[in-house]
Order: sequence, then C-alpha cells, then structure tokens
Amino acid sequence: MFQLNEVQVGNILFINKLHIPDKRITCIMGESGGGKSTLIKLLNNFIPYDHGKITYNGEDLQLIDPILLRRNVVMVSQVPVMFEGTVQDNLLIGLTFSEKSTPKVEKLQKILSIVCLPKELDVDAEELSGGEKQRLSLARALLMEPEVYIFDEPTSALDEELEDKVMGNIIEEIKRREKTLIMVTHSKKLAATFGEVIVHLKGGKITKVREVTTNG
Amino acid sequence: MDEIIELGLWQMAAAYVFIVLLYFILKARGISREKELFIATIRMTLQLVLVGYILAYLFDNNHVLWIILIIIVMQFFAIDNIFKRVKQPLSKKLKQIIIISMVTGTLGSIFYFIIVVVQVTPWYDARYFIPIAGMMIGNSMTGVALGVQRLVDGMYDQRAHIETALMLGATPKTVSKKIVNQAFDAAILPTINSMVGMGIVFLPGMMTGQILAGLSPLTAIQYQIAIMLGIVGCVSLTVIMFVQLGYKAFFTERSQFKAKLN
Repeated sequence: MFQLNEVQVGNILFINKLHIPDKRITCIMGESGGGKSTLIKLLNNFIPYDHGKITYNGEDLQLIDPILLRRNVVMVSQVPVMFEGTVQDNLLIGLTFSEKSTPKVEKLQKILSIVCLPKELDVDAEELSGGEKQRLSLARALLMEPEVYIFDEPTSALDEELEDKVMGNIIEEIKRREKTLIMVTHSKKLAATFGEVIVHLKGGKITKVREVTTNG
Repeated sequence: MDEIIELGLWQMAAAYVFIVLLYFILKARGISREKELFIATIRMTLQLVLVGYILAYLFDNNHVLWIILIIIVMQFFAIDNIFKRVKQPLSKKLKQIIIISMVTGTLGSIFYFIIVVVQVTPWYDARYFIPIAGMMIGNSMTGVALGVQRLVDGMYDQRAHIETALMLGATPKTVSKKIVNQAFDAAILPTINSMVGMGIVFLPGMMTGQILAGLSPLTAIQYQIAIMLGIVGCVSLTVIMFVQLGYKAFFTERSQFKAKLN
C-alpha cells in the first residue's frame, strides 16, 4: 500500500525503507518525539518531506492530488476536534468536507454503536467528554469509508476496558470492509492484541519491524 | 457672509491654545505623554503646511506625471502602514497579495469614480484627483489592515479545526471560508457603521471643509454622498481581493497548512 524509500523530514525522521501492507493492521510504536506522528502525517501528504520517495499503490505521492488522497487516506489526530453543532453535524462533517453524500440516520446510529458512544444525535458536541469526543472523531472517519484509516493514539482518552471494546469493534468493521489501518499507539496491549505489523521508531529511525503471522 | 475668513497669524496662534491646555492637563495629572503630544503637534503642522504648498503648486502646474507620482507615494505609504499595523510578521507572499489588492482595488475604484461618477476632465485634475484618491486609499488602508489582522489571527486561532478539516479531505478553500468571511466582515464593518452616524453624530471632514470654504451645503452633501459610496465600494473591492487571495498564502501547493508564515 505504502512504500517509503530514503525519506527524510528535517532532523526529525529518517526512513531508509518501509513497506506498509494492504488490508493489514500496522501499529507504529516508540517513545515520544521519536517521529511517529511525523511518519503518519507523511502518508496523507499532510506535511512535506525533504528527500526520498513515497508511493501509494505504486503511485508517487507527489503526483497524487493531495485532497483526493486525503479522502482515501483519512487521518484522525490525537486530540479530537469538534466543529460547531450537534453529534450528527460532527459525524457528517467528514462527508461534507470530502463532498460525499449523506447517509441515513440508521447508519449514523450503527456507527455510534461501533465506537460505543450511546448518544443522541441532537446533543451539542461540545457537551461531550474528552473520551466521547475521541470516539466521535473515530466514528466520523469510519463513516467516510476510506481505503486507509490512520489513527494517532486513538484510545489515549479511554480506559483499558473501553479501549479493548472500541478498538475491537472498529477493527472488526475495518476487517469486514477489507481496508487498511495504520495507527500510532503507546499501548503495548493494543499492539499485541490487534497489530499485524509492528513498526518501532526511535530518534526518527526505524529500529524494528515485526510481522505477526495470523491464522486468518 | 460668503466671504471666507482667512486665519491670520494671531488667530492660528490662538488655536494652539488647545494644545497648551492639553499639555497642562498632562502635566497636572502626571501622565507622561508630553513628548508624543509635542511631536504630533509639530508633525501635523509641518506636514499640513508642506501639503498646502505642494497642492497649491500642483493646482497651478497640473500635469499628469505629477498625479502619477502622487498616487505612487500615497500607495507606498498606505501599504507600508498596513505592514506596520499588523502585529505578526507577514510572509513575502502575503505582502505581495496586500500590494496587489491595494493597487488594483483602489486604482479601479478611483478611476471609476473620477471618470464615470464625477466626470472630471481631464481626469488628472489635481483639485479632484488628489482628495478623492486620498480618501479612497486611506479608507482602504484601514480596511485591509483590519482584514489582514483578522485573517492571520483567525488562521492561527482555528489551526486545530483547519488541520482536522484537511485530514478529512477538505480543500483549503472550504477550510478557510468561515475565517475569510469573518475577516471581510470585520474589515468593512467600520465603513458601513460610519454611514449610519453621518450627518447626525458628526459632519464628515470633507463636507465640513467644503461648507467652510463657502460651498452650498446642498452641493457639499452631493459630494459627501457620492464619496461615501465610493469609499464603501473601494474598501469592499480591496478587502475582498485581499481575503480571496490571502487565505491561499497559508497553504502550500500540496494543500498543507503552513505552520509558519514565511
């Protein structure tokens, strides 16, 4: 899916070679300041890079329309951002931004149940707690049905029990859709439970890439 | 009654009593603004005396090249003033956009006003051109400066929202729409508001001047109404050009938000 060759971003990130496979769950781990967020922001062309080549499905990233790329490679940042309006407005805003059609209410409710957010659609989004906002922003991305999901610390505001349940549901849904997930996480447990490819970063360099063989 | 009273030296000196009054108030209250007051008074006096002589010369020796020179000087000071008024450092691209908007917006409005509305012949008649250009450029300067400030503030205050929207596949245009509209609104609002109080709360400077100079108040208001409409148009034109082009300076060619303006 993604192939990085000799990619450099300032003095933050140096990737000699990295392949992120299609339809798998890739976890990016490592200490803070190690370049994890920088790495994933390269994948949706959110930040520029100084050297090297990145390809998406074999195509040079620099030749792909960045807006169209981001509609196929949807990123959810670590800090959830709510837009003015209700839960429903915030769910739909991704589709509005990417100029896609609006789904039925039942679908919105189904997505909310996947992320374990039992809220009415007409609740003001600003009234939600940090953890609830985080789940809403994950739901927003799921609703967009992209090819690739990129999550930056998707469960940082959730307790362990909820983390397991929410990520279990989301990954089940992504697997069902046969899509790709790339996520940055601090949680060893999350990576051990769901990770199929584990990339370790330290000081902006890849120290280890481990592929977990699965039975399915 | 129709004779204009020329102010003599003693009469002028009597007017400076107001400054002396302010000076004593500052002294008595212990507010250390005497230096600024002194400099401002001197500057105002010298600048106006100079302008008076320049205008008197230009009215007698009207030439198109003089007018072109004047307009260049006016634009230069107005644009420089915008750069200085905005607190954040401005990128080269943003500065270029300010220059383009100011020059094309004001020139378009000025020429429309001179040629179509007032129908001055020749168009470079200093008596009309200089005051009209001055008012239009001056008001646009204030408008654009406000617009720049609001756009820059908006872009950085809303950074998290802009970045989230970009991650969700929005175009820079969609992302900036609200901020662009708010900047435009903030920039033109003072001009719109100034029309509301006009004639009741205050008499505009141009009209007051014309009346003092012996012109009929009815002619003076004709000019005042026309120039006010011209100013609204000129401010709107320069500001809309600026905000429509200006938001683009915050994004790279790859639709990435620029963390720093440079």
